[in-house]
Amino acid sequence: MFVRGLKRKCFDGEEDIEGTLAGIKAIPSYNLQRQSLLDMSLVKLQLCHMLVEPNLCRSVLIANTVRQIQEEMTQDGTWQMINTQSTGQASLDRLVSTDILCRSSRDQAEGKHVPGYGTFSKDFESDQAQDSSETMSTASSVQAPRNLQSNMWEMETPQENKGNFQKSLDQIFETLENKSPNSVEDLFSEVDNSYYDLDTMLTGMMSNTKMGHCDSLETFSSPTNTASNSNCKSDLNDLDHIVEILVES
Amino acid sequence: ADIISTVEFNYTGDLLATGDKGGRVVIFQREQETKSRPLSRGEYNVYSTFQSHEPEFDYLKSLEIEEKINKIRWLPQQNAAHFLLSTNDKTIKLWKISERDKRAEGYNLKDEDGRLREPFRVTELRVPTLKPMDLMVEASPRRTFANAHTYHINSISVNSDYATYLSADDLRINLWHLEVTNRSFNIVDIKPANMEELTEVITAAEFHPHLIDLKFSSTANIGSCKSWRWFHVELCVLSAVFEEPEDPSSRSFFSEIISSISDVKFSHSGRYMMTRDYLSVKVWDLNMENRPVETYQVHEYLRSKLCSLYENDCIFDKFECCWNGPDSTIMTGSYNNFFRTFERNTHRDTTLEASRESSKPRAILKPRKVCTTGKRKKDEITVDSLDFNKKILHTAWHPSENIIAVAATNNLYLFQEKVN
Repeated sequence: MFVRGLKRKCFDGEEDIEGTLAGIKAIPSYNLQRQSLLDMSLVKLQLCHMLVEPNLCRSVLIANTVRQIQEEMTQDGTWQMINTQSTGQASLDRLVSTDILCRSSRDQAEGKHVPGYGTFSKDFESDQAQDSSETMSTASSVQAPRNLQSNMWEMETPQENKGNFQKSLDQIFETLENKSPNSVEDLFSEVDNSYYDLDTMLTGMMSNTKMGHCDSLETFSSPTNTASNSNCKSDLNDLDHIVEILVES
Repeated sequence: ADIISTVEFNYTGDLLATGDKGGRVVIFQREQETKSRPLSRGEYNVYSTFQSHEPEFDYLKSLEIEEKINKIRWLPQQNAAHFLLSTNDKTIKLWKISERDKRAEGYNLKDEDGRLREPFRVTELRVPTLKPMDLMVEASPRRTFANAHTYHINSISVNSDYATYLSADDLRINLWHLEVTNRSFNIVDIKPANMEELTEVITAAEFHPHLIDLKFSSTANIGSCKSWRWFHVELCVLSAVFEEPEDPSSRSFFSEIISSISDVKFSHSGRYMMTRDYLSVKVWDLNMENRPVETYQVHEYLRSKLCSLYENDCIFDKFECCWNGPDSTIMTGSYNNFFRTFERNTHRDTTLEASRESSKPRAILKPRKVCTTGKRKKDEITVDSLDFNKKILHTAWHPSENIIAVAATNNLYLFQEKVN
């Protein structure tokens, strides 16, 4: 069907939701989807400025999308923090969605509920009450963390986040502007090791967060399994690593 | 055959030009109706083929400039010859296409086959005479308009004075005079001082059909269409911005990308303007900027697939649109070699397919339907079985008759309304 014969993404369409727990396992959380979209966009942008003469319109559209996600992640952090306290129980009914990313963001903007997040926090709260509430309260003291994952794992401020995104966007546009091979090499040499690490990290993340498999979600939604907790922790470490790279570069 | 990148009828509709990715232009001419071949009326046959642009190498930036023809625009016919403008990413050329059906014979200084005669053999003086010959169609480049665009040219449009034309790239629009190749006026420049702040690019531009010096429109990737006017050649001001306020209930991460306008066309009457974005076609009344007067959904069933279409880059496909002669019907392309027509008065829309299997000569095209609900009826196509490699980006409608040209990758299809 598609150009590269990719498997259809889970959140893209067909309903196979039975509801309740089976349903929860099959739906990636909104944040995960958003993160995946962000990663995809960044990879596209980097592939873009590896071309000698990138398509300016396409690059601008992708960059605008990246900015939009980043802004929402910044806002979302605040929204989610406020709502963790107030909404204890997430309604399972609100979980039925297969194309969360393409849905109304009014649901999210109102701050009422983010389905995946709701389940996530609920599970963690019930089984890891201590840990999650601790980390959440730690996160609440941080100004405006991007999403729950950010809350738990990242200690950097949103200003730094913004700075990192802005910096990578700046680099990309500088390359678009100066299309000589020299500047492209300069760009690469500047972020040499971290670039390759980021690349492998992103590739790693992409395969981890493949919606068709939804493996990573199963680790989140079955917290009684201690093995899945350790999976969770290794994912945390990976993302920690990425954050370090972003900060350094 | 190469991938067709642009299709354009001339002002009378007798000629149809196509440009392709290999820099070639192929011109088709409509056969005249003759008593001996009554069925040949409306058939288009190849009239002329020439290489318009060659790949170039920009040594300064170390990049190759593609020879792909981005746009062709005809000039109105003023004498026996035909003129058209064709452009690739960087250079616009004015081509003259002329017929030659006579040949001079009886030269004094050269033989019939062109060899020079020995001077001492010339014993008498004669006047060469014109003899008929097989029709030969020649294309010759008359002007080359180069070095005026840093970014990729996406549009050219001839002014209604037929003496000037505009060329638009991602960030700038220039005005040229057809006779002057070494100078152009920059009339729109949206390049920010700091390229890092770039959020908007120009995606298409067109002159109004008859308001000389008054209006042209440029569209942007951020879903707005700007109308410009100028009072002197150098003074160009923004006169209106056509933009529909976003519907907050349908906002998603892809909202901006799908609102990016890929084409703009004024109606023949000059009263309306049509913009094409990824999922819809909108008709605007030039007197009303805040919302379109009509909106037509081209392939709304793709809205739930936007994420996949973003991943495989199809979401960046630039579809064109066109009006029929009386401005009563509009047409645009879609995927799976489907193209859509919308009748404005009756609100009837049709989906047709341009493919070899469904297009036998003289056969009537069967309307197609995409199944959007769970139950697929016979002959319907499900969204999942659509072929996204088969996209119809370029279509053209004859200026006065119901003849349409549809470019499906590297094939050109011509369809005509059945005359009973």
